Amino acid sequence: MALSGDSFKAIEMRTLHHFHGGIHPPTHKSQSTGTGIATLPLPEKLVVPLHQHVGNCAVPEVRVGEHVLKGQRIGRPEGRQSSAVHAPTSGTVAAIDMQTVAHASGMPDLCVTLIPDGKDEWIAHAGVDYRNTSHTDLRHMLRDAGVVGLGGAVFPSDIKSYSRHHKITTLVINGAECEPYITCDDMLMRERPRDILRGAEVLRELLYADEVLIGIEDNKPEAIAAMRKALEQDGHQHMEVIAVPTLYPGGGAKQLILVLTGVEVAAGVRSTEKGVQCFNVATAWSVWRAIAHGEPLLSRIVTVTGNVEHAQNFEVLLGTPVQELVAYAGNKPDTGRYIMGGPMMGVDLPNSSVGVTKATNCIIAASPALFPPPQPALPCIRCTRCTDVCPAELQPQDLYWFAKSNNFGKAQEFSLFDCIECGACAYVCPSHIPLVHYYRYAKSEILVRDHDKRAADLARERHEFRQFRIEREKQEKAERLAQKERAAAEAKAKAVTELPTQVDPAADADDTQQLRIDAALARAKEQAAAASPRNTELLTPEQRSEVEAIEARRAKIHKIASDAGADDEPPKRN
Amino acid sequence: MWSSPFLTTPVSVSQIMLRVLYALIPGVALYVWYFGPAILVSITLAVVTAVATEAAMLKLRNRPLKPFLSDNSALITACLLALSIPPLAPWWLIVIGTAFGIAVAKHLYGGLGSNTFNPAMVGYAVLIISFPAHMTQWLAPGMLSLLQLPFSAQLSYIFSGHLPSGSTLDALTMATPLDTLKTQLHLGLSVDEIRSMPIYGYLAGKGSEMVALGFALGGIYLIAARIIPWVLPAAYLGTLFIIAAVFHQIDPEHYVGPLFHLFSGAAMLGAFFIFTDPVGSPTTFRGRVIYACSAALLTWLIRTFGGFPDGVAFAALLMNMCVPLIDAWTQPSVFGKKEGKR
Ligand code: SF4
Ligand code: SF4
Repeated sequence: MALSGDSFKAIEMRTLHHFHGGIHPPTHKSQSTGTGIATLPLPEKLVVPLHQHVGNCAVPEVRVGEHVLKGQRIGRPEGRQSSAVHAPTSGTVAAIDMQTVAHASGMPDLCVTLIPDGKDEWIAHAGVDYRNTSHTDLRHMLRDAGVVGLGGAVFPSDIKSYSRHHKITTLVINGAECEPYITCDDMLMRERPRDILRGAEVLRELLYADEVLIGIEDNKPEAIAAMRKALEQDGHQHMEVIAVPTLYPGGGAKQLILVLTGVEVAAGVRSTEKGVQCFNVATAWSVWRAIAHGEPLLSRIVTVTGNVEHAQNFEVLLGTPVQELVAYAGNKPDTGRYIMGGPMMGVDLPNSSVGVTKATNCIIAASPALFPPPQPALPCIRCTRCTDVCPAELQPQDLYWFAKSNNFGKAQEFSLFDCIECGACAYVCPSHIPLVHYYRYAKSEILVRDHDKRAADLARERHEFRQFRIEREKQEKAERLAQKERAAAEAKAKAVTELPTQVDPAADADDTQQLRIDAALARAKEQAAAASPRNTELLTPEQRSEVEAIEARRAKIHKIASDAGADDEPPKRN
Repeated sequence: MWSSPFLTTPVSVSQIMLRVLYALIPGVALYVWYFGPAILVSITLAVVTAVATEAAMLKLRNRPLKPFLSDNSALITACLLALSIPPLAPWWLIVIGTAFGIAVAKHLYGGLGSNTFNPAMVGYAVLIISFPAHMTQWLAPGMLSLLQLPFSAQLSYIFSGHLPSGSTLDALTMATPLDTLKTQLHLGLSVDEIRSMPIYGYLAGKGSEMVALGFALGGIYLIAARIIPWVLPAAYLGTLFIIAAVFHQIDPEHYVGPLFHLFSGAAMLGAFFIFTDPVGSPTTFRGRVIYACSAALLTWLIRTFGGFPDGVAFAALLMNMCVPLIDAWTQPSVFGKKEGKR
């Protein structure tokens, strides 16, 4: 008894750590927490993108016109880092083509259009008992169920739930939900805490983690209470629900890990190297559904808020067009745009007909009244308000200066790629400089140049090699010719009794052999060049995919920068 | 195209600058109380000149007027310069100083945010070098002046250069307490003897010590409102105090005490309003400490051994020059990359 008293004390005395900076934007959360999670009626059609995760696009495995059942796999994971995609309901495949998707880039992607038959008929499925199933099988189930990070990063969970080289001490379950407006995790924790904790238990098992720390921002007392109650009810061991201070971006994985464990995970480092892994609460819930019930990821909770009559959370089938979702919540006529995600890090959707994806945690209907157009930017006055709030402990005003003057080398030296694009700096800037735009611009520009340089190097190497080969072939030809002539001359000289000269086929064989060796050498060189450390090589796959998206936005950023104001000429490409 | 973050705080540059102006109010009010309303005339002159010069330079540089004129930064330059020079001086003095500060030190260096040097201090330096005589004739506080000049007569002096018959400038003005200290020390008096002269009060010069207190009050408001970082005034005043105290301890005959330094001349104005100009000060914490401590050292050195009555302006300009270097030296390490952390 004394022991449990002690451990209780230890829990009470857990010291939380602090990350640098942070801001307190108005939360706007209560608007969407008044009513529970509602289910959206079946939409007329679903547009399901096959690339809803970090990694390779899933390969379609249905044909147009084919009837599919709910939960039937329609996209097969391709390669190591990929995830499956399923039919969210039963119906007929109407098209498999490129469509605009809910992504910052506004680029089209391969989608399966499904016309529901209204029966919502499940495919046969069954769960397993995770305690007597091998880890490999469990991970395979996750991959096959299309479970990815639902906090927005959409990284395949099967890969994240495996750490071969590093001992995982702490599994962090992220229920912080620090972004304004978003309440989907809050509502999920209030309504389905038990399955979240069970999912966390599965993940703990997969990672052999010693403890599970569930971090929830203290502006969600109902969620904290519900989770604590569930924890007690089900008697989970080595698990703790911890209220963390409300401070944006405290729900960023690295920030939450720091607050809960005191471990700082630098940019480009995986948290597993520091003995910590982090999953979102909704991911943990999906893990449980996939393992214990065999249910693939077909829907997710989406907060619909902003300029709508009744802001609320909905359980939404993946692929549901955003416009149907907002219409159901009572979209108001002056809504001009739609933000996917929160107002700090979300993206402006290219249009409202795109389908909900695994990354869609929130849709904010934006009106000019709620989100007034940005004020014209003034020059930076070096007030360091941005520095004071930057969670990555960067010098945003310097990064801005370097990005603006196209001094990319300096920007990298000042750790541009450590910027998590949380937007805290731009939020507080009294000069209203769109700082994050400049960082995205600089990052994409650096990546493009890096890529260009690599391509150029490769081209030059190929060219040089070709020149070399042509030159050598010429020489060899001349050599052979000379040999032939010599031989002929000798033959003549030695009279006609000798054997006739013949062209030696072995010479050609040698040639191809040498070619192969040269090609291999060139390839090795290329690989070595690719493996040499560069700042951008530090990027995690999540960041890389993010950056890919950024590239597509580049042209648009020029425009913003030019709109940004008087003393702020748009950065020019050299 | 629109991209995140979609929210910003309503705080703007012009609001920040406006608060700095508010923070000057207690100091200016005490100034008027002790020295009469002439300072208000020089502030007005400076403000009008500053706005006119700013507008002209913006036009020349092809920049939009509205956002930049409404940023209020020119007003601060104007007020700081007006508060740094004697109020009873010909009108063109403040006009030249302000115009030079805004046109050259601010706009020729690239305008708001790009000016290496504090425009008000550049204006001050130009004036003290070009018109040293005018820069030492400070109004005596009302209670000390041999002769009370009505405000209308002061106005007439400022604009026409004529004093009513029978009054001389010498009867109206005096050297600053800092200046007097320096001169009298040269004449062989001890600090104690000088301090007992009627122009000195509890802390430093009569009247001016109260004005300094007023600036300190405003400065504390700025710290509380998070407009200026506390470390700059704290490091500056702390260092000035320590240096002065050490020397005063060693040789009280020749070195005046720390409180005298803090409440004399432009030390308080400098600590809270001049060294805290964000454009010309470092952006890192360690950099700020280095900057403020060095500025205090320079202030004390110039005051004690230099040829000018006060050291604040030159300390500010010298330190402005070092800012890029200090910033480069003191870059803090970023998240997750600190030494000694796991
Ligand atoms: S907050 Fe804005 S004005 Fe202030 S230092 Fe940062 S970028 Fe410059
Ligand atoms: S967006 Fe980047 S630079 Fe700005 S506060 Fe966030 S991490 Fe720092």
